Amino acid sequence: MIRDPIREGIAAGWKVTDASALDRDLTLEADVAIVGSGAGGGVTAEILTAAGLDVVLVEEGPLRSSTDFRMLEAEAYPQLYQESAARKTLDKAITILQGRCVGGSTTVNWTSSFRTPDATLAFWRDRHGLADLSAAALAPWFERMEARLAIREWTVPPNENNALLARGAAKLGIATGAIRRNVSGCLNIGYCGMGCPTNAKQSMLVTTIPAALARGARLVCGARADRLALRRGRVAQLECSALDSRGVRPAGPRIRIRARHYVLAAGAIGTPALLLRSGAPDPHRVLGRRTFLHPTVVSAAVMPERVDGYAGAPQTVYSDHYLEATPIDGAIGFKLEAPPLHPVLFGMTHQGFGKAHADGMAQFARTHVLIALLRDGFHPGSEGGNVGLRADGSPVLAYPLTPFVWDGVRRALAAMAEIQFAAGADQVLPVHELARPCGSPAEARSLIMGLPLEPLLTRVVSAHVMGGCGMADAPARGTVDSLGRHFQLENVSVHDGSVFSTSLGANPQLSIYALTARNATLLAGRLKAGR
Amino acid sequence: MPGRRGFLKFGVAGALLLAAAGAARAQPSYRAAGASDTLQVLSDADREVLAAVAPAILAGTGAAGPGLAAAIGSVDRAVAGLPPHLQEEVGQLLALLASWPGRRWVAGVGVPWREASVGEVAAFLDRWRFSRWALLQQGYHALHDLVLAAWYARPDSWAAIGYPGPPELG
Repeated sequence: MIRDPIREGIAAGWKVTDASALDRDLTLEADVAIVGSGAGGGVTAEILTAAGLDVVLVEEGPLRSSTDFRMLEAEAYPQLYQESAARKTLDKAITILQGRCVGGSTTVNWTSSFRTPDATLAFWRDRHGLADLSAAALAPWFERMEARLAIREWTVPPNENNALLARGAAKLGIATGAIRRNVSGCLNIGYCGMGCPTNAKQSMLVTTIPAALARGARLVCGARADRLALRRGRVAQLECSALDSRGVRPAGPRIRIRARHYVLAAGAIGTPALLLRSGAPDPHRVLGRRTFLHPTVVSAAVMPERVDGYAGAPQTVYSDHYLEATPIDGAIGFKLEAPPLHPVLFGMTHQGFGKAHADGMAQFARTHVLIALLRDGFHPGSEGGNVGLRADGSPVLAYPLTPFVWDGVRRALAAMAEIQFAAGADQVLPVHELARPCGSPAEARSLIMGLPLEPLLTRVVSAHVMGGCGMADAPARGTVDSLGRHFQLENVSVHDGSVFSTSLGANPQLSIYALTARNATLLAGRLKAGR
Repeated sequence: MPGRRGFLKFGVAGALLLAAAGAARAQPSYRAAGASDTLQVLSDADREVLAAVAPAILAGTGAAGPGLAAAIGSVDRAVAGLPPHLQEEVGQLLALLASWPGRRWVAGVGVPWREASVGEVAAFLDRWRFSRWALLQQGYHALHDLVLAAWYARPDSWAAIGYPGPPELG
């Protein structure tokens, strides 16, 4: 029997309110209100409560825990993901995977843990004036969060899907590395994306949030932060709607939270959207802009033997060869990883329909998949997207895929096919509506060079939303300073991936953890000092 | 690749048609989610469209009979869990396809959905998939994703692809 620390905590008296069960309005007061319970909100909650501050954490999604995590896509996507894992950019060309549950994306991510690359920090220093975010200055914060979340080398051999990346790359003289993971006692099952059923993944759900709740923090889940009520350059209160039991529509009751300080950690779409709905001052028109995705393209290969890409730790091998091959502000580079394969996600990602699709799915167990994550935001040809609001107030990201990005897509598809053939693939299929399975490297190369790279023909996905409330050294260039303090609203801080000035060139969770640990610690000091 | 200019006129006409179909759709057909376990948000006409489209998308999977019907029921449940703006978009798409002008002139299917062959439906799907008009491409992707997600969420689809399902945890 696997213990469920969340159910045990609730039984022990944690102050958790499921807003969908409210039958009347609720008004709360606290030192700090935190919007969002993912990487930023979780770390902030733990650090502020440890400093003796009274915290209320608001989460739009439901509280689910290991007992609920049955490793079924049919349950996980509607319950744990934004828009049932069907969130897309405005033109529907990019599918965006983001968590929407207590723990946020950390509850459903694939555990990949990278420090912010030095080249990215150097770019921020040189181009965005963020000199205080040097690798040396951040190192203690990375160390602290790595220790807190058991982030370390994963010594179990990679599953075949990842081993194929290592072998194919090695044949071509391309360097790969081992991905560190935030796990403790991991059974190497491979279902991280559906919520860890054994509590091995050291997500916010099983680490910082229980720690905060155990110290008396309050959690309100199933509640959507509608707006910040502003008065004279300050937030007077946070106004939320209780959602219905499906989390789809407001159920009626309203929740108002009055706090000395408000930490926004709703993610790089949710946080800019909340500020936009609130009419937050944005004198330099930067809010919601420069939102980055690591636009990701996919290459599927059929191997001679079973790969069983659903089994085993999902992401354990990576290659930065194609990030390091060009200057950071040159032609767009990309990181290579091998994602987990599960029937629904793969079935939706696989191009075409009917017999061609079914034939591809029939090779599911022998399919090896590589993804290339493009490093956006470092070049004038890659200014990212723009978060806006629909008529109903819900957020939508417009993200133009520019010729600069498409150039990288073509190189990425070619590179992945080459590695997959080097690893022994029988066939390689670039995931594009006009692509067919190719039986040789030459055939694949010729096909890829001729593919029309356009939205809705090329499959593009993202699980890394960054930016939109970027950090800068001056209000003209960003929404917050390098401590996460909002330039115009004196009692607002932003602690999530929306503060990044560019994309990262690496999976973002550890960057969010470390930067948040630093900024939450400094915030706690200011609040304790009465400032 | 041909430019998009030649399709702009059709784009505007199609957008008007979509808007008309959406407006014509009786709002109460979106009944309160959870009102019934069997029929959640899709209308009978929506289901008739899906009953024609799903066999073409799932051709080659062996989906048929009760399994296919159950997959269509899963689409209904999945739509009920989407945020309002997506429910609205899916509703407009299916209402367009269910309407005579939408089926005849936008989808290019000359017979009622229940009489359309898998080949006719597949030809319609390919026209939308490779359309130079983004709205139709988006419509294709919506149908693709809804039907395939519903099918591969079903444990009875897994044997054919060699997926054993999640492991037993001791």
